[in-house]
Amino acid sequence: MAEFDNPSDLVAATRAAREKGYRKLDAYTPFPIEELSDALHLHKNKLPLMVLCGGIIGGLSGYMLQYFVTVLYFPINIAGRPLHSWPSYIIITFEMTILFAALTAVLGMLALCGLPMPYHPTFNVPRFAMASKDQFFLCIEATDPLFDRDKTSSFLSAFEPREVSEVAH
Amino acid sequence: MADDQQLLEKPAEHEIIARGYTFDTVTDQIASVVLKKHTPLFWFGGLGVGLALLFGFLMAVSVLFARGIGVWGERTPVMWAFDITNFVWWIGIGHAGTLISAILLLLNQRWRNSINRFAEAMTLFAVASAGMFPLIHLGRPWLAFWLFPYPNTMGIMPNFRSPLVWDVFAVSTYATVSALFWFVGLIPDLATLRDRSPHRPVKFIYGVLAMGWRGSARHWSVYETASLLLAGIATPLVLSVHTVVSFDFTIAILPGWHSTFFPPYFVAGAIYSGFAMVLALAIPLRSVYKLEGLITDRHLDNAAKVMLATGLIVGYAYIMEAFAGWYGGNVYEGAAIWNRMTGPYKFQYWTLITCNVVGPNVLWFKKVRSSPVLLFISSMVVLVGMWLERYVIIVTSLAQDFLTSSWRLFVPTRWDWMTYFGTIGLFLFLFFLFIRLLPMISIFEVRTLLPQALVKKGVAKH
Repeated sequence: MAEFDNPSDLVAATRAAREKGYRKLDAYTPFPIEELSDALHLHKNKLPLMVLCGGIIGGLSGYMLQYFVTVLYFPINIAGRPLHSWPSYIIITFEMTILFAALTAVLGMLALCGLPMPYHPTFNVPRFAMASKDQFFLCIEATDPLFDRDKTSSFLSAFEPREVSEVAH
Repeated sequence: MADDQQLLEKPAEHEIIARGYTFDTVTDQIASVVLKKHTPLFWFGGLGVGLALLFGFLMAVSVLFARGIGVWGERTPVMWAFDITNFVWWIGIGHAGTLISAILLLLNQRWRNSINRFAEAMTLFAVASAGMFPLIHLGRPWLAFWLFPYPNTMGIMPNFRSPLVWDVFAVSTYATVSALFWFVGLIPDLATLRDRSPHRPVKFIYGVLAMGWRGSARHWSVYETASLLLAGIATPLVLSVHTVVSFDFTIAILPGWHSTFFPPYFVAGAIYSGFAMVLALAIPLRSVYKLEGLITDRHLDNAAKVMLATGLIVGYAYIMEAFAGWYGGNVYEGAAIWNRMTGPYKFQYWTLITCNVVGPNVLWFKKVRSSPVLLFISSMVVLVGMWLERYVIIVTSLAQDFLTSSWRLFVPTRWDWMTYFGTIGLFLFLFFLFIRLLPMISIFEVRTLLPQALVKKGVAKH
């Protein structure tokens, strides 16, 4: 794991590592960096699809709840008006769509990130606490097929990082 | 080849925060408010006032529960008065927080980054204060769960054709989504606090709340998608909530309520009062905590401009309301508007016109917009005006409706006032707890505003 003190070096190193063929790598930064997502090819994720499904399920359940209650379960005839009065269902259908979509967005985000995760090996690096402040880390994981303790370490050192350290796990 | 794709040069932006900040100093300055032992006297003062008013609220509510709704000044036909006025006022104030966090995010207005956190907190606490009123107005608040459709032994269900039930769904969805949005925004900053706190128990608490956030690029990418989606979801939500609130009035046939322009008029008024509250909170906070470098004069200027724009929309709505009352040719509509202007509530009506229509025009002047003291005063004027607006709409329409023989004026009692000020206490109490316990400015979003955060093109090619 290499530590950099500015985002530009981190992005350059990440891009180079990716070109070299490393695939199991991750970067740790104190704020989102768009260029880094480009370098790691992270622009697609399943979250929008999940949220769409959540919204549709929410909307359907909102509408069906009202249909069930006002038409089947508890019908009240007021001046002969139709029981299936869809215009007045719209608001609650809409609100339920929003509610389900938002819940899916948050829970889906946590699920895709694998959070909550109380322990992660990177926390063993003493200076890693700086990743939430002002330092930028690039980590090449040992499970990568190209990983070789010495070669990877010297590869990272070539970018003149502040420090290259090994993550105990 | 995707690997060869060029980085787009970001356009140079106006500076949003003061020069000379680094990632380190930004983090330190915001986190130290929470992590340092030292607490300014201002904080104790604010919390004390909040707590005192909150105790007043508890007392007023105890009396209310023991003796019933009659302790308020509400008598037939004015069955809605302070409670619904306060409810609409508070919900409206909450809207600015969502506007700042969601709509301005979608519009890529990066100046929002240093005010969105406390504006969202303001939303949450305002919604909490608003939620009190329909609840305690129920008469038997312990049966509030009857509002939700659940299988029960009574064999009855709520009436989904009633705007009051729509309100239940709209407001509870709004509260839930605002809380989620706020919490998602907090996660990276909670991780910062976890990593920076010297005390183990404190570290533990923030650690649990941060859920193991480690700033991984993979997480950031999902996180950014989630924030954008939430913003996209919250935008129609925030516009819908006040629309639904206005349906409480427009769906009724009462003169002065039954009109089609209420939804946009209410939404504009909501944003108007909300930005007034944002300014009223930001101005003292930034001077006490020395945050002028992060919440700059430019922020106040922008907020004042939004206030001016929405204020003009609200002014237009008042004119249209009067015009429609005259031009519509409906005797009762006309009489309702005329009663508002010249009847027993004319003092409130003209004060509200002064506060909301005449008042904001001082914001045309750059001098006013760049003076925090004047801005603070004008935001207070707007808050009072917007409260009066709801009061006038609700009470005048109810007090003098179709049948002259049933007219009766509303006079608030001390319990009305105590409940109202009590919720201001609740709001202040929660807000001051928030600024002591959580970072009031989004640290990671401010980091992205720094010039150092830009990735330079073509450095260190190996």
